[in-house]
Amino acid sequence: MKYLDEYRDGNIARKLVDEMRRIQTRPWVIMEVCGGQTHSIVKHGIDHLLPEGIELVHGPGCPVCVTPLEMIDKAHAIARRPDVVFCSFGDMLRVPGSEGDLFTIKSQGGDVRVVYSPLDCLKIARSNPDKQVVFFAIGFETTAPANAMLVWRAFQERLKNVSVLVSHVLVPPALVAILSSPSNRVQGFLGPGHVCAVVGYSEYEPISAEFNVPIVITGFEPLDILQGTLMTIRQLETGRAEVENQYSRVLDRDGNRTAQDLVFKVFEVGDRKWRGIGNIGQSGYKLRPEFRDHDAEKLFDVAQIATIEPTICISGEILRGIKKPHDCPAFGTACDPQHPLGATMVSAEGACAAYYTYGRHLKKERELVSISTGSAA
Amino acid sequence: MSDTVSPVFGVCPLPIFDHKQIVLGHGSGGKLTAELIEKIFLPAFANPILDKLDDQAVLQVNGSKLAFTTDSFVVTPIFFPGGDIGRLAVNGTVNDLAMSGARPLYLAAAFILEEGLPSDDLRRVVESMRDAAQEAGVQFVTGDTKVVNRGKGDKIFITTTGIGILEGNVSVSADRAIPGDKIIVSGYIGDHGMAIMSQRENLEFEGTIESDCAPLHGLVQAMMQAGAENIHCLRDPTRGGLATTLNEIAARSRVGMKLREDSIPIRETVRGACEILGLDPLYVANEGKLVAVVAAEAAENVLDKMREHPLGAAAVTIGEIVAEHSGMVLMKTEIGGTRVLDVMFGEQLPRIC
Repeated sequence: MKYLDEYRDGNIARKLVDEMRRIQTRPWVIMEVCGGQTHSIVKHGIDHLLPEGIELVHGPGCPVCVTPLEMIDKAHAIARRPDVVFCSFGDMLRVPGSEGDLFTIKSQGGDVRVVYSPLDCLKIARSNPDKQVVFFAIGFETTAPANAMLVWRAFQERLKNVSVLVSHVLVPPALVAILSSPSNRVQGFLGPGHVCAVVGYSEYEPISAEFNVPIVITGFEPLDILQGTLMTIRQLETGRAEVENQYSRVLDRDGNRTAQDLVFKVFEVGDRKWRGIGNIGQSGYKLRPEFRDHDAEKLFDVAQIATIEPTICISGEILRGIKKPHDCPAFGTACDPQHPLGATMVSAEGACAAYYTYGRHLKKERELVSISTGSAA
Repeated sequence: MSDTVSPVFGVCPLPIFDHKQIVLGHGSGGKLTAELIEKIFLPAFANPILDKLDDQAVLQVNGSKLAFTTDSFVVTPIFFPGGDIGRLAVNGTVNDLAMSGARPLYLAAAFILEEGLPSDDLRRVVESMRDAAQEAGVQFVTGDTKVVNRGKGDKIFITTTGIGILEGNVSVSADRAIPGDKIIVSGYIGDHGMAIMSQRENLEFEGTIESDCAPLHGLVQAMMQAGAENIHCLRDPTRGGLATTLNEIAARSRVGMKLREDSIPIRETVRGACEILGLDPLYVANEGKLVAVVAAEAAENVLDKMREHPLGAAAVTIGEIVAEHSGMVLMKTEIGGTRVLDVMFGEQLPRIC
């Protein structure tokens, strides 16, 4: 497939890994920030290609995983109402709240719909004037422009029956939280390609400088990830700590100004709770007051729902790169995608679910590694 | 909520559910479907024939070997590029019979119609069933019709039941794969699922994706010419796709599998549509493809026979059966990494970003 196969070429992959081997003098711990990158790494078996001592740890960039349980309970309370059409991206449907998931609510008669674009909600609202159409606006900077566009269009068209339940989070404050932790192991980052396509990467420059850490903004195809990893190792080995852009075919330093203007017309930065991590100051978007009529949290009086997240699951440590899914005794036994005990098992982009989906729960890991270095059929 | 979890892990942060209601994933052909069968159907109906859990039962009747199967068809939209619910209902059951190596003979059809369904739509579906049955060389010999209130059904549900006969030295079963065997797929995978998906979601891709809906018994008969005893397993990878089917064979035969990702035939349009939606074509449904596990020494011969048949023109070997990692399907990825293909959990869901 044009523009994809070019980034999945086995020969180039080998050359990139050979170059890593050539320059590497010691072990390094590198975090890929995005859930999409984690997914790609396990789907293509990239971690098994890397030289020994290059460890990829999985970051907090899975939008489903970091959405707090409390917010999911609020979503479910709204979705259960007979006067609501609840719209969401597909992978939110399976995320369990304190009582069931959106699939269960649908099976009990709730009007729950999967949309591919938030703007689909406008059409649904026009054809259901007696219902409130609520969109679950979650995600990082990547999904913010389309979500902002929904609010902006509803506002302009005076579509009173469109609202959003906002749980938007931002990447840079999470990186600062990870780097500030005394137990931090991360020495370099593969930065979030799609996030930076929207907001650019100038915000990452002070972080790189303050914590003396390389950040290479990286794409999502196998060769992107291998090249981003090589660029990070090169910085680490030469003692540099800069923001570099591997994903230059998609983004530049400034990002997409039009998208940013729209986002800030609709949203403002505020404090946000992160699942598994807790409250991080100035780490998310909230609706600006002038859009309060489109704020589902206010319309449906769910602000009082406060679910306390138990501390048993180690997903918080996994999201910060301190531990890996294997380190959890429940992984693949008491906890699997069907019965997730924690945040990182619920979405395909979550580190635990990605590990599980690609068979890492099977107690064959050592055998698997030995096979991957041999030849397949 | 905590009593189902071992105290080692303390209080469960999220509830473990036993589903109190049926959810859509129970019909996906993945793990939830398996759970339903295991927990509800098997305890009630268990017997040695059912316990084999093949897509069809093989029955010994007065010295003859008969294949017997049934399948229900619900699809939205009922007309789609490359087929419709009627064609699907004929070929689905014909294929379930064919995957035992049987020659399909007779079908029964039961219709559940929703009040308000245009008669012309029903006529179109039935004519399509007639044509598909003619192509497949089978006859409808009995049937039933019910009508439900508007809103209580989705236009039309069709159940077809079929019977076929096994002749000659045929012994095909999902538990017969042995190390060394080759794994063959008969053509491009993922066409049917993506044809439906693109219609259902009103997604417009460059170039229409057409369903591969087709009767496979002719192809199976052609393969048998290479020696029926060399065909160890046959399955049509419908719901749950190629990955789920391979896992079923690996589990039933207690063997491992090694695949090469770059050998699996997937059309550009299907790959592209899957990339856009964040779906994996290896888990997308097919309605006119089969997976065969065949003896290594006969593989080339079987492939030749398949390629002479129009439905097997793109047939190719995608991997082999190994003794190691029993029950696991491993795939060498395009870039040279290794990935495990597991069974699909529930519905495949488009990812956020």
